[in-house]
Amino acid sequence: MQRATLDLWVGLFVLAGIGALMILSLKVGNLDTYNGSDTYVIKGNFENIGGLKVRAPVRSSGVLVGRVTSIEFSTKTYNAIVTMSIEQRYQFPKDTFASILTSGLLGEQYIGLDAGGDEMMLKEGDTIMKTNSALVLEEMIGRFLFDKASEDNAF
Amino acid sequence: MPKRIIAGIQKTGHRTIEGVRRLGQATRFFLLVLLKSGASVRRFNLVVRELYYVGVLSLIIIVVSGLFVGMVLGLQGYETLQKYGSESAVGTLVALSLVRELGPVVAALLFASRAGSAITAEIGLMKATEQLAAMGMMAVDPVARVVAPRFWAGVISMPLLAAIFSVMGVFGGYLVAVVFIGVDAGSFWSQMQSNVDFRIDILNGFIKSCFFGVAVTAVAVFEGYDSLPTAEGVSGATTRTVVTSSLAILGLDFILTAFMFRGL
Amino acid sequence: MTTETLVEISDLNFSYNTRVILNGVNMTMKRGQVIAIMGGSGSGKTTLLKLIGGVVTPSSGCVKVSGQVIHELNRDNLFAMRRKMGMLFQFGALFTDLSVFDNVAFQMREHTNLPESMIRDLVLMKLHAVGLRGAHHLMPAELSGGMSRRVALARSIALDPMLMMFDEPFTGLDPISLSVIGSLIRRLTDALEMTSIIVTHDVRESLSIVDYVYFIADGVIAAHGTPDEVRASKAPFVHQFVHGETDGPVPFHYPAQTYLKDLQLEKTVA
Repeated sequence: MQRATLDLWVGLFVLAGIGALMILSLKVGNLDTYNGSDTYVIKGNFENIGGLKVRAPVRSSGVLVGRVTSIEFSTKTYNAIVTMSIEQRYQFPKDTFASILTSGLLGEQYIGLDAGGDEMMLKEGDTIMKTNSALVLEEMIGRFLFDKASEDNAF
Repeated sequence: MPKRIIAGIQKTGHRTIEGVRRLGQATRFFLLVLLKSGASVRRFNLVVRELYYVGVLSLIIIVVSGLFVGMVLGLQGYETLQKYGSESAVGTLVALSLVRELGPVVAALLFASRAGSAITAEIGLMKATEQLAAMGMMAVDPVARVVAPRFWAGVISMPLLAAIFSVMGVFGGYLVAVVFIGVDAGSFWSQMQSNVDFRIDILNGFIKSCFFGVAVTAVAVFEGYDSLPTAEGVSGATTRTVVTSSLAILGLDFILTAFMFRGL
Repeated sequence: MTTETLVEISDLNFSYNTRVILNGVNMTMKRGQVIAIMGGSGSGKTTLLKLIGGVVTPSSGCVKVSGQVIHELNRDNLFAMRRKMGMLFQFGALFTDLSVFDNVAFQMREHTNLPESMIRDLVLMKLHAVGLRGAHHLMPAELSGGMSRRVALARSIALDPMLMMFDEPFTGLDPISLSVIGSLIRRLTDALEMTSIIVTHDVRESLSIVDYVYFIADGVIAAHGTPDEVRASKAPFVHQFVHGETDGPVPFHYPAQTYLKDLQLEKTVA
């Protein structure tokens, strides 16, 4: 085999391999919209996180703005402390509302952020004050039955 | 029959000692190859030449297998997911299975039987036909000149081949799910992108394939260099390369997966 | 012809595990000489070449090449010594993945920084010396047995060695190729003023080209002398070997119990 031909093939092979890695990173792994380095961390205390998992998306108006990085249980407040990293380019006011939502009927759970009207923005390490827990099916049914019973008693 | 029992125990002991001895030899040889890799760096065209035989010639089997594995994943994934009305998640399923597991593992298994066996057979034949001895008599170290470039070519090729396999698989899944069945292309890609993480999925898959590359080529060059210089010796060594490296890939895969995805 | 001693072997012993292969061998080889080492199969001839090349270490005694004890050299010095040696393996041992040209150029590229144009000239000169300049573009698989051995010869003289070793260079060759190789060994030895050691079975061809012959049997030198002395020798072993007789000091039969006993025709004592 001629040296030049061999070099050409090896060059094509290496380029194809690097190209494949780029496709995996950008097209499949979505590296271009989610970059781990340019983020800031905020926390939120939730009474109940339901089925929220580490790495669950954090969305605002349905747009992915960050991810959950850790979930801990605090023995001081007996609450769940959820840490999330938010992309630097998305800044939120201090009084932003965080709630745990479900995408679709059987979909995964995520944190939805609703921006408030405060002048001050959330900074690295801040804690979100206003949170809304996950809807747990049993509690929902329980509350529904309770309401139904009290309605019946009213008559 | 105490005599037979003792003989049985002796046999077990003998085999254990032989196994450990061989493992030690393989480790020593591996370190020797690393130690003598200087020439491969200084004269990189030696590695480029082997990249052709190890990497480029493995491309066809990797591309075709990747495409088919992806197509099957797309088809099976769609059949199952559409029962729950979440057929748009088929992109996630295909991409995650390929990037995390099937890409690195299946590509490495194919690589072991395509390139690993070829490396063993080539080095074994060079030994059997006294080419390695002749090289030694010409004051050229065969480990540095013959073994090390093949080793590095394998180590470089493996992650690239695994990435190509995964991309072809995702494309195959896309073909089946979007083009043939008619899943919405937008949700196929967006679901995939929101669920595949660069660090946890893609980087870990890449690291896995690097480990597999080292394991397969290390086994292949050792078996070739250690083979008996006869026709039976070389054919036996080739078989051992495929068997040992396949087992090593699967074992390593479990260990690496346990480390990488633990607690998730 | 100079009479400088190149290789000196003194009291050389070598055993493989418990099997004694060489037992007190003494030899002297001078520059410009072609020396044949003959002996039956498995008599330790190839081992002797390996000892000279430093591939194996002697149990006792030593091999000196141009005044240096081979087994006492460190790795770098041994490799430096091997650059001055050439070895022709039994079937050539050409690198099958390289062309004839690249095979001959191999050592020049590995050990020197010569420019490619000069390597080209040198390779063609070496190939011309063995008469295969026209075959430089062929691959080893396309060569006949005799041709590949000639290429291997060109390859082993690439760096103008002072010592050439030939491991059974005549095996499996037709009569024409055989005398071509034989005369090449003689001519190259004279032209390059080197020492050539030929390990061989081929009595007729080697006696016509060599200066001195050593016979090895059972690990010791059974006889030695110039070709004329050897031809005239009355020693039973040499006589048997030179004339190719089936029986003599080297028996036809492998040691066994008596024939009658093996066939169970002889009454054995119960």
